[in-house]
Amino acid sequence: MAEDIRPQNENELQQLIASAYSAGTGLEIIGQGTKRGLGHRVKADLVIDLSNISGITLYEPEELVMSAYGGTPTSEINAALGAKGQMLAFEPWDPAQIYGTKQGKGTIGGLFMTGFAGPRRISAGAPRDHLLGVNAINGAGEMFKSGGRVVKNVSGFDIPKLMAGSFGTLAVASQLTFKVLPRPEAVRTILLKGLSVDEAGKAMRAVMASPHEASGAAHLPAALSCQSEIDEIATSNTSITILRVEGPRPSAEYRADAIGKMLNSFGHISQLRSEKSAMLWREIRDVQPLCSGDAKDLSKHIWRVSLAPTDGPRLANWVEKNTKADFYMDWSGGLVWISLDENIVQFAEKLRSIVSGFGGHATLVRANDDASGDASGDDRDLVGVFNPLGRAIDPLVKRVKQSFDPDGILNPGRMFGAEQI
Amino acid sequence: MKMPKPDGQIIDRRREIIDALARILPGEGLIVDEEELRAYECDGLMAYRQLPLVVALPETTEQISQILSYCHKAGVKIVPRGAGTGLSGGALPLADGITVGLGKLNRIIDVDFENRAVVAQPGVTNKAITDAVEAKGFYYAPDPSSKIACSIGGNVAENSGGMHCLKYGLTTNNLLGLEMVLMSGEIIRLGGKHLDAGGYDLMGIITGSEGLLGIITEVTVRILQKPEVQCAILVGFPSSTAGGDCVANIVAAGIIPSAMEMMDRMAISAMEQFVHSGYPLDVESILIVELDGPEVEVDYLLQKVEAIAASAGSTFFRASNSEQERQMFWQGRMSAFPSVGRISPDYLTMDGTIPRHRLPEVLGEMAEMSKKYDLRVANVFHAGDGNLHPLILYDANKQGELEKAEKFGFEILKLCVRVGGVLSGEHGIGVEKRDLMGEMFSEIDLDQQQRLKCAFDPTGLMNPGKVYPTPRRCAEMSWMHVKADKLPFPDIPRF
Ligand SMILES: Cc1cc2nc3c(=O)[nH]c(=O)nc-3n(C[C@H](O)[C@H](O)[C@H](O)COP(=O)(O)OP(=O)(O)OC[C@H]3O[C@@H](n4cnc5c(N)ncnc54)[C@H](O)[C@@H]3O)c2cc1C
Repeated sequence: MAEDIRPQNENELQQLIASAYSAGTGLEIIGQGTKRGLGHRVKADLVIDLSNISGITLYEPEELVMSAYGGTPTSEINAALGAKGQMLAFEPWDPAQIYGTKQGKGTIGGLFMTGFAGPRRISAGAPRDHLLGVNAINGAGEMFKSGGRVVKNVSGFDIPKLMAGSFGTLAVASQLTFKVLPRPEAVRTILLKGLSVDEAGKAMRAVMASPHEASGAAHLPAALSCQSEIDEIATSNTSITILRVEGPRPSAEYRADAIGKMLNSFGHISQLRSEKSAMLWREIRDVQPLCSGDAKDLSKHIWRVSLAPTDGPRLANWVEKNTKADFYMDWSGGLVWISLDENIVQFAEKLRSIVSGFGGHATLVRANDDASGDASGDDRDLVGVFNPLGRAIDPLVKRVKQSFDPDGILNPGRMFGAEQI
Repeated sequence: MKMPKPDGQIIDRRREIIDALARILPGEGLIVDEEELRAYECDGLMAYRQLPLVVALPETTEQISQILSYCHKAGVKIVPRGAGTGLSGGALPLADGITVGLGKLNRIIDVDFENRAVVAQPGVTNKAITDAVEAKGFYYAPDPSSKIACSIGGNVAENSGGMHCLKYGLTTNNLLGLEMVLMSGEIIRLGGKHLDAGGYDLMGIITGSEGLLGIITEVTVRILQKPEVQCAILVGFPSSTAGGDCVANIVAAGIIPSAMEMMDRMAISAMEQFVHSGYPLDVESILIVELDGPEVEVDYLLQKVEAIAASAGSTFFRASNSEQERQMFWQGRMSAFPSVGRISPDYLTMDGTIPRHRLPEVLGEMAEMSKKYDLRVANVFHAGDGNLHPLILYDANKQGELEKAEKFGFEILKLCVRVGGVLSGEHGIGVEKRDLMGEMFSEIDLDQQQRLKCAFDPTGLMNPGKVYPTPRRCAEMSWMHVKADKLPFPDIPRF
């Protein structure tokens, strides 16, 4: 096992990376390590744990902005925001269910650098849309800043966006500044039962094409709805399709009613009360439908596929007809989660070819992990976590990587395994 | 402001370069006559002019790829140009460079209502995208005031905003996919109609890159359905501080209006002379707050906003009662630039962003500077997101007045940075603010950005002389370091 080192502040962190650069030491960068299962296994000599570089450094609720050190627990951030009636609008996920780790953990740096958003992605955007500025240390041990604390900013390249979702392979974000938003006053969830995948796709897209600003649109087939912890859903014995609206109370009520009327022809419509509604969206966000009941064992591989909303149901239909996989749809059909325990190589090949035909991206979020820590025979390396780079873009991506981390010492291999990125 | 010295050898090879381009662009695709080149000598920053070596007007991505590939080998510089409405000189030509105008790539390629996406060529205007989808109630949200003229490619290059980006985001938040040609001639495609593209967010870095990374040849944007009701509220205040307080309190109350625009007395009076929007003239600042959504929401928030405005000391409050009245309220603000053009022979449009609560202080200091430089300044302000547009009035015919106005502008921007803001909110750095980048960034910060440019454009031929004050050769930028043979780690606790 690589040695674990925990710098106390930004300066120590910088010195550490600078000396690793001159010694050619490969570094794995972690916050609390909750998302280590996401991305390839890093081949490093030393683990840098950022959890001591922690704390909120600026919070101005009326300016909708917060800054914090990279190692700040996300729970601390959520608590501070909650106290002022605000939130991270992209709906941060909790990977605990997927990776079988402790709930409520994770750091703000890890959250932004892995770049996943929850169901509200369709209305509020992804972490990249909320990250305004960074202080970071590149792979040559230089501390730089980019962006700022204001939303509107065209002053040099938008490096914070590039870093969001870069899995710490470009630079280590020691401090992040991000946009925060008010929590909605009221939430309403509209529930439809028994729709097929195609019908659900149609219903969800119709709502997204309306002026009702839906902030969630998901579909759980019958095989998964029975896993829900909400009785009403679990005992329904059929597929469920849910739509969420948020806003000032009268507005949420009006919009929910209007959507109900719009979808009348799709079948019986009901509404979920706020507490249950929140629970259900949390389940969708944290991929619980694929991680409970029979699916609880960690040996199944889990895929997260982003595609155009009309292609989601097409992919889902293919999965249903040709495989034994479980799946559900989020983002109005633009996101399909799939879990399967059969031959990963064959499935990966087929899935990737279908998705590239459609235009989209398939990420292997969980693979059957060899707990011994031996990277050989690791499924993630076998099939690749992200879509392969592709000939046109490969050299450019490598040059971008080198422009931050010339010797490839930051999280070697985390994104593209064998490609060393 | 000095541009890099033109390369005489390239200028001497003009004939040969024209011949090579003519082989790629048959027909009307080349502009070489001085008379016709004049039309391209500047963009919206008209204080700087330069005739380009030639102008190329390609019609396809393939032609652009061939042009760039040729220039890459021949060592010829490129300046991408959309509609030329940019306000920071990003499309300012180079005497030894080819201006590539994208106006002929003006087709909408695909309108996909089901996936709420429009695919367009870069020369399509911002407004044309909304026009193409309006019949079904959709629109493209980012709405720069120049939307009738500016191109979607230019919008991506500048990460343009508009009045409504407070709620709906800037270009970068509404972009789904891109096609771009690199300086080498390689064509890359990023994103599509899906939301998460995976891998590095190259689209994020290209948006707002001011034509420094490559030529954008196709854009996929997201469209939205129009809100059921829109209501503009006109609020007047006896001081700009009171107006600023009102903005802060609206946000603190958890309300994100679709737009919040503020203007000061000088701007108000210029606008009222030009168009009659019914602005009160006895106030120090006006705020336009726009609410949208279903009628119940708008009514509900309107009451809240009225109460907040009153407690901030508003002396004038009127909500639009009809679409016609709403348009009228906006008319004045939308014509801010031409209005100011009426009361002064020339003006400079500045564009900085500040943390909102520093507004009173910034306006105060600006008033002092206005006295010092003896130049008038009118302020329009995207108040919701802190983006300030001071318009500095001057007369170019008076000896030295442009220089004075520029100095004044620079001082304002330095002030923006000093209070925690940035040099540009939406107009970009271009050549105008290039030499101020050091105010905001250290040498290391700028080197990191330039290294990133080198990853896209190793020969440095793509729009050089813009954004970065000290152009650096990519070869100079590679790190040199001495390899240590041991791990000399500092005393840091290990676990
Ligand atoms: C009256 C007026 C009002 C304005 N209001 C606003 C406003 O409200 N909000 C706002 O944000 N801006 C505003 N602007 C500024 C300007 O309209 C925007 O920056 C616009 O996006 C520029 O688009 P363009 O097509 O004119 O680009 P150009 O001026 O032609 O070019 C701008 C930059 O983009 C690059 N570029 C252009 N096309 C491409 C391409 N296809 N590929 C690569 N690089 C390219 C150029 O090299 C240059 O650096 C205003 C300008 C005017 C004159």
